[in-house]
Amino acid sequence: MKYIPTIGIECHVQLCTKTKLFSEVDNDARQKSPNSCVSPVDYALPGMLPRLNQDAIKLAVRAGLALNAKINLESRFDRKHYFYPDLPKGYQITQLYHPIIGEGYIELPSGGKVRIEHAHLEEDAGKLSHEGNYSLVDLNRAGTPLVEIVSMPDMHSSTEAREYTKELWRVMTYAGVTYGDLYNGNMRFDVNISIAPEGSTELGKRTEIKNLNSFRSVERAVEYEIKRQTKLLEKGEKVIQETRGWSDATGETTAQRSKEAAQDYRYMPEPDIPPIRLTERDIIEQKGKSGFSVFITRTFLREIVPEDIVEVLLDYPKLGWKLMSINSDYAEQYRGGDEKGPSREQIPEIYSKLKKIANWFSSVLLAEENASLLNDELPSSQQLIDLVEMTEKNELSSTAAKEVFLKFFDPEMHYKDTRTIAKELGVIQENDLSALEAIVDTVLAKPETTKAQADFKAGQEKVLGFLVGQVMKESRGKANPSSVQEILRKKLS
Amino acid sequence: MKIASKTQSAVELVKTALEKAHQYQAEYNIFNWINDNAIQQAEQIDAKIAQGENPGRLAGVPYALKDNFLSPLGETTASAEILTGFTSPVTATAVKKLEAEGAILIGRTNLDAFAHGSSTENSYFGPTKNSKDTTRVAGGSSGGSAVAVALDIVEFATGTDTGGSIRQPASFNGVYGLKPTYGTISRYGVVAMASSTDCVGFFTKNSADLDLLMEITAGQDANDLTTLPDYYVTSKPQTVQKVGIIKDFDNDAVDPEIRQALAQKVEQLKAQGIEVIELEMPALKYALAAYYIIVPAEIASNLSRHDGIRYGFRSSESGDLVSLYNNTRGEGFMPENKRRIMIGNFVLSSGFYDAYYLKAAKARTLIINEYGKAFEQCDVILSPVSPNPSFTLGSKVNDPVAMYLEDVMSVPLNLAGLPGLSVPVGQTSAGLDLGLQIIGPRRSDRTIINFAKTLEEK
Repeated sequence: MKYIPTIGIECHVQLCTKTKLFSEVDNDARQKSPNSCVSPVDYALPGMLPRLNQDAIKLAVRAGLALNAKINLESRFDRKHYFYPDLPKGYQITQLYHPIIGEGYIELPSGGKVRIEHAHLEEDAGKLSHEGNYSLVDLNRAGTPLVEIVSMPDMHSSTEAREYTKELWRVMTYAGVTYGDLYNGNMRFDVNISIAPEGSTELGKRTEIKNLNSFRSVERAVEYEIKRQTKLLEKGEKVIQETRGWSDATGETTAQRSKEAAQDYRYMPEPDIPPIRLTERDIIEQKGKSGFSVFITRTFLREIVPEDIVEVLLDYPKLGWKLMSINSDYAEQYRGGDEKGPSREQIPEIYSKLKKIANWFSSVLLAEENASLLNDELPSSQQLIDLVEMTEKNELSSTAAKEVFLKFFDPEMHYKDTRTIAKELGVIQENDLSALEAIVDTVLAKPETTKAQADFKAGQEKVLGFLVGQVMKESRGKANPSSVQEILRKKLS
Repeated sequence: MKIASKTQSAVELVKTALEKAHQYQAEYNIFNWINDNAIQQAEQIDAKIAQGENPGRLAGVPYALKDNFLSPLGETTASAEILTGFTSPVTATAVKKLEAEGAILIGRTNLDAFAHGSSTENSYFGPTKNSKDTTRVAGGSSGGSAVAVALDIVEFATGTDTGGSIRQPASFNGVYGLKPTYGTISRYGVVAMASSTDCVGFFTKNSADLDLLMEITAGQDANDLTTLPDYYVTSKPQTVQKVGIIKDFDNDAVDPEIRQALAQKVEQLKAQGIEVIELEMPALKYALAAYYIIVPAEIASNLSRHDGIRYGFRSSESGDLVSLYNNTRGEGFMPENKRRIMIGNFVLSSGFYDAYYLKAAKARTLIINEYGKAFEQCDVILSPVSPNPSFTLGSKVNDPVAMYLEDVMSVPLNLAGLPGLSVPVGQTSAGLDLGLQIIGPRRSDRTIINFAKTLEEK
C-alpha cells in the first residue's frame, strides 16, 4: 500500500532585538559568559514584572508582513506553565488565544504554497547542560523574543519540508527580523509528521520531532520518520502519538514523551501585560522598513542569472540587494536627464552588466576559500560599476577582473577606486597595437620560439597558444591576448 | 499626630518607635524583623535638616513595611518558609519613593504567608495578635502593619490588598486602611499574590496622611505595565451628594453591631444633608466564588517561581530534580498556600478552564458592570468591611470556607479594581474595633479620602 505523508512545521525564530522581550538586558549572548545577560525579571525574582520590548513587536509585525499574513490589531499574552530549571518563572509568556500574526502563507521556489496557521510572540527559555550527576543552568537565552510560526499541514515529502524551512529562513532573514544563525539556534524547527494510506480522508497519528536546527536535519528526520511509520503500519502496528528527538549522529528519531504523559500547561491570560494594540499606521510603518522580500529579489535575479545561481545568491540577502541597488544606479545613468527610465533595448544591456557582477559574487565571493569575505563590507556600487566597464573595454582580462574584485575586500585597498587598484596590481591590458607589435617582435626574435614559429607555419595551429603565452609573459600579463593572436597570425603568415 | 506637622527630631521619633517595637513584639508578634540601624538613618535626616537641605516630605517619619515588599533592608520573607534567607537586591518602587522622601523603616511586619489569609494566622512566624484583645486575630493578611499603626509604633505602614488584606485588618484594629484604584501604585518589587487584583496601600491614623502618602507613591511606573497614567496628584476631590448602601449586604449573616454602626452613620449622613440610597447589587453574590477561582489561579501561577533553584529555601531532602521540587515546595509552603495552589491548578487544568476560570472571568465582568450602574446612582458606596469584628485566634483557621466568608464584602471591589477606604467608626460593646468602607469609582481615590472627613464628623 502507498502511504502519503502529511507534514506541518512549527518554527521558532529568535528576533534580533537589542534587548530581551521583557527586560532590558542584552539579547545577544553569543560571546558572553553564562548568566551574564540576566536581569532580575529573567531570573524571576519575587515581585518582578515584565516590561514589553516595543522593538520586538515591530519585528513581529515585519515577520507577519513577510509571511503575507494578517496582523492582528489587538493581541494578548498568556502564561504556559511547566516546571523545569530552564524556565525561572515556572511559566512561559506566550500568546495562545490572541496571537499577533494571523493566517498567511509562504510560496516555495518550486511553486508550491504552504499556509501559515498563525504566528505568535513568546519568550525563549534558558539552557541546561548536564554534567555527570549535576546540571548547570544558563539563563542568558531566557527571555529572548521569539516568533513561533505554525504552518498548516501542507507538506507531503521530506524535500518539501526542507524547501519550506529554507524558504522560511530566507523570508525571515530578508525581513531583517532575525540574524538567522542556525548554528546558534536562531531558528529551530518542530516537525509534525503522520502518514495515511493513499486516498484516505483521515490523517494518521502524528509524531512530533522537536528542536531540529538545520534544513538537512529536517529533511533527514522526516525521511526517517516516514520510513519508520510506514514500517509500523505495514507490520500492522500502530503509530503512537508522541514527541520524538532526532540525533544527527545516529540518523534516527527516538521516543521522548507520549501523549498520555504530555504536560497540562494550565494556560491562563497574562495579567501583568495589557493587550498589545496596534494601528494601521504601525503596520504601514513596518512595511516601509522591510527590505526587498525574497520574492522580489528572486524575481529580479531570475532576469539576470540562471536558476541555480539565483538560489545560491538568495542565501545571502545583501548580494541580491546590492545587485538591485546597482540596477537602479544604472537605470539612473541611462535615464539621461528626462524622466523616462532605460529603454526596452537598454534593459538587456544593463542586465548583462549585472550578470558580470552576479558572476563575481557567485564564482569568486562564494568560492569556499573566500567564504570569510562574506562577513566584510561589500565593494561599493561605483567600484563594481567601474570593474564592469574596464572588462567591457578589454582593459582587464577576466582573470585580472577577479583579482581586482578580491582586492576590494583587502583592508589596504578597499577604499581605492577600481582603476587605481588595477594599476597597482599592474593588470591593465596593453591595447596599443604598435606597442604590442614591438613586444611580439621581441618574442619572435628569441631563439626558443624559432621551432614553434616553424611548426605554426607548417600548419600546427596548436602552437599559437604557446606563442601567445610567451608574449603575455613578456608583457607581464598586460597584453590583450586576442590582439596578440591577431598580430602573431599576421606576422607568421 | 499628622505626619506633616511633626515637631520632634528624626532621632527622637525613631528611638521611640524602636523602643515601642521591641516592647510590643513579644506580646503581639508584629514584626518579622526590626531595623535596629534605623537610628543611623535618622541621624542622617537630622544632619540634612541642620544643613538646611530639603529632607523630604516624610523626613524622619518611622514606618513599617509589610514583609512582602522587596528591599535590601532585612530579608523579604512574605512570612513564608520558602523565602527564608532571601535578601532582595532590588527595591520596590513604592519603597523607593517613600525613602526618597525621608521615611525611616522601623521593621518588616507579619502577614499570612504570601498574603493568603484573613487573620495573619497563616504565617510561618506565628500569628499577630489583635491590638485590642490578644486572644483575637489581627485580621489579615496585613495584620502586622495594622497593629503596628494601631499601637502607635509607627506613623504609617504599607500593606497590600488583594481581597481585603488592608481594609479588614484596618477595621479590626481601629485604623485607616486604603486600597487604591488598581494600578495607582506600582506593584514592582512586591511579592505577587494575584496580579490582577493586588494593590499597594497604606495604614494610617488619619485620612490626611493617606492623602500625603498617595501624593508620594501614586503614579505610572515603567516597571509595572498595569500602572495607570498619573492621575492622583492632579485629581480634585468631588463633593459627595449621594451615598449608596448595598441592600444585599444587610442581612442576618452580618454581625448586628456592624449593621447598627452602619445605620448610625447613615443617619448621621442624612443629618448632614447627604442623600442616602439603597442599591440592589445581586451580582455581588458571585464575587466570592469568582474571587476564589481567579485569585488561586493567579496564585498558583505566581508561586511557580519558588522552586528552590535560584533563591530562598531548598529542602535538604532533595535528590533528583523532581524530589527537589516536591520537597522544597512541600516543606516551604504553608498549608493555605498549598490549598490555593491546588485550587488554582485545578481550575486552570485542561477540561476545567472553561467551566471555572472563564466563567469566573464572566462573573467578574458582571460585577464590574454592576458597580458601573451603581455609580450612576450615587457618588460613593458605604459598606461594612467584613461580616464580623475580630474573631478569636484559632476559631476559623481549620475551616477555610468560614475564613473565606470573612472576605465576602471586601473582595467585590478588588475584582472591579475600585478604590476602598476602611474608616474606624467606633467599637463593639466588647471593645473591639469596627470599621466601614467607602467605595468609589475608579480613580476617585481623592474623593473617598476626602469623604472620610465627612464621616468622622459627629
